[in-house]
Amino acid sequence: MDEKILKTADKPLICAKNIVKTYTTGTGEDCTFYALKGVSLTIQNGEFVAIMGASGSGKSTFMNIIGCLDKPTSGDYFLDGNNIVNTRLDKLSEVRNAKLGFVFQGFNLISRTSAVENVELPMIYKGIPAKERRERAMEALKIVGLSGKEQNMPNQLSGGQQQRVAIARAIVNDAPVILADEPTGNLDTKTSYEVMDFFVNLNEKMHKTIVLVTHEDDIAGYCKRIVRFKDGNIVNNTANKPVYSLEGRQ
Amino acid sequence: MIDFSSTFKMALLSLKVNKMRSILTSLGIIIGVSAVIIMLAVGQGASVKIQKDMASMGSNLLMVSSASVTSGGVRMGRGTKPTLTLKDSKAIAKNCPSVGFVAPYSSEAKQVTYGNQNWSTSIAGTTPEYMAIRDWKINLGRNLIEEDISNMSKVAILGNTVANELFGDLDPIGRTVRIGGVPFKVIGLLESKGQNSMGHDQDDFVMIPITTGQKKVFGTSFPGTVSMINIKAKDSDSVNSAETEVTELLKTRHKIGKKQENDFQVRNLTQMMETMQSAVKTMSLLLGSIAGVSLLVGGIGIMNIMLVSVTERTKEIGIRMAIGAKSTDIQIQFLIESLLLSIIGGIMGLIFGAFGAKMIELFGSMTVYISGFSIALSLGFSGVIGVVFGYYPAYKASLLNPIDALRYE
Repeated sequence: MDEKILKTADKPLICAKNIVKTYTTGTGEDCTFYALKGVSLTIQNGEFVAIMGASGSGKSTFMNIIGCLDKPTSGDYFLDGNNIVNTRLDKLSEVRNAKLGFVFQGFNLISRTSAVENVELPMIYKGIPAKERRERAMEALKIVGLSGKEQNMPNQLSGGQQQRVAIARAIVNDAPVILADEPTGNLDTKTSYEVMDFFVNLNEKMHKTIVLVTHEDDIAGYCKRIVRFKDGNIVNNTANKPVYSLEGRQ
Repeated sequence: MIDFSSTFKMALLSLKVNKMRSILTSLGIIIGVSAVIIMLAVGQGASVKIQKDMASMGSNLLMVSSASVTSGGVRMGRGTKPTLTLKDSKAIAKNCPSVGFVAPYSSEAKQVTYGNQNWSTSIAGTTPEYMAIRDWKINLGRNLIEEDISNMSKVAILGNTVANELFGDLDPIGRTVRIGGVPFKVIGLLESKGQNSMGHDQDDFVMIPITTGQKKVFGTSFPGTVSMINIKAKDSDSVNSAETEVTELLKTRHKIGKKQENDFQVRNLTQMMETMQSAVKTMSLLLGSIAGVSLLVGGIGIMNIMLVSVTERTKEIGIRMAIGAKSTDIQIQFLIESLLLSIIGGIMGLIFGAFGAKMIELFGSMTVYISGFSIALSLGFSGVIGVVFGYYPAYKASLLNPIDALRYE
């Protein structure tokens, strides 16, 4: 335990160095569009970071890269000490499976598939035996407070409940990092706060590192650090005193 | 690597989600496979039946019968002009080297009585060789012998049906029956052959020496004639030469000129059977390939639906990839889905096909035969179709980029 903490303290969990991402929108020099213009960001184990910025600021591109869904045009990205820039695509699937949990704005549950089966999915691709899968999926659903709803289909769950299933899916494989892309974007304010409570819980009780993209200041207010993107660069990177911590709410 | 049973379960689940669509997609395969099964069953049934008939008729058979009488321009049918004689039969046996056995044959329907039992049956006058020609065996007692023929013995060999009708459980050997009032001693009992292809009971007849028949039983106005001469060639290779030899010999004996029509007719049964057999084979092959085409169309249907399914489930594929599915996992999942569609279609087609074949047997009074080969062929073929036509959609799914797929609405 101690050794692990030391190790991760030495090496940041997420370390992006000079990330550049360009898109070619046509032919010729003018047609190269710079989505990220050399972004560097380090996130330590156990942090809770909000990423903010207007549409087209490059925050989504950055999230895709730290989520190992996309590769930078140039620069280095170390996830848990491994440079993933030169990693093969199939290997990236394994990295995503083991190290990252995703929570999306649109929940992205597989339709007509029960909650528990949705939560089991990452473990299927990890090759975990069916019995253990089911047990762990039930346990994860219990953590997000959805005991008794295991067999419900996504369309039988409210938006907040669906997002909690997605959170259960993100944590079930014991991934150290959770990437949440506007997780409250489709939820009303009250439900948003409930979902954010779960994130705070994951961060403080389960020591998950959380990177969360949001437009809303009150959501960002839950986080311990706020990083602002503008035109492909980080313009602001400051610590934030969480408005609500677990203690504060109670 | 993900385990097979999970992939299998996921594939089954997504097929279950779109039940109606899955069934409709399989329909092409169902129809194709059942068509193949039925066609092959009918074809092979006919083929098996012909083989059975051939075996019960005896092999390498030639049948010589008298030609028809032409009376005022009306041809009266085969055998109406009795031109064949016992002497012809003996001459064939003596002069045709390719001929193995010769048996003259005449028959007439008569009543046979024993005690207070009576039975109307066909009385066949022939010689001992008839048994060898028809590949027939004596069950009890003995066959006719040459002395029976030359002595015009009043002896009879009973077919199984006749023996049952007249004697029931009694042993008929040594007892005396009356055929058209003439007493005959029963010397033998034939083994049963059952019905022939026309549904005629082959065991319903009595065999007597042809000479005795001509003298005492048959009321013919042409003494010494026989209605037919049965010939068995030495072996299957000499059937055709035997046919030529017999034709030439009879032409000479009956003094038929070059431009004259033959007053007899030689039929080569083996050849007829072979022709029928190959016609049946060609027919079932043709029908089978038409059925095969519908399997192919079914395969294209599967490909079509799988392509739609990949597009429709782009987002699902994106989610799966984001949470750790490799492109091979996605490919295998879709491949298994199409394989399942085609195999389920194949099994259902097999059931419907077997049912249809049974219906044809019941209501179409045809022999059907479902062989392991046709089951293996149609199931194997539908499996191959599932893989072949499922490959492209699965490959397309595996090529999706997770970011684009996730953004897909």
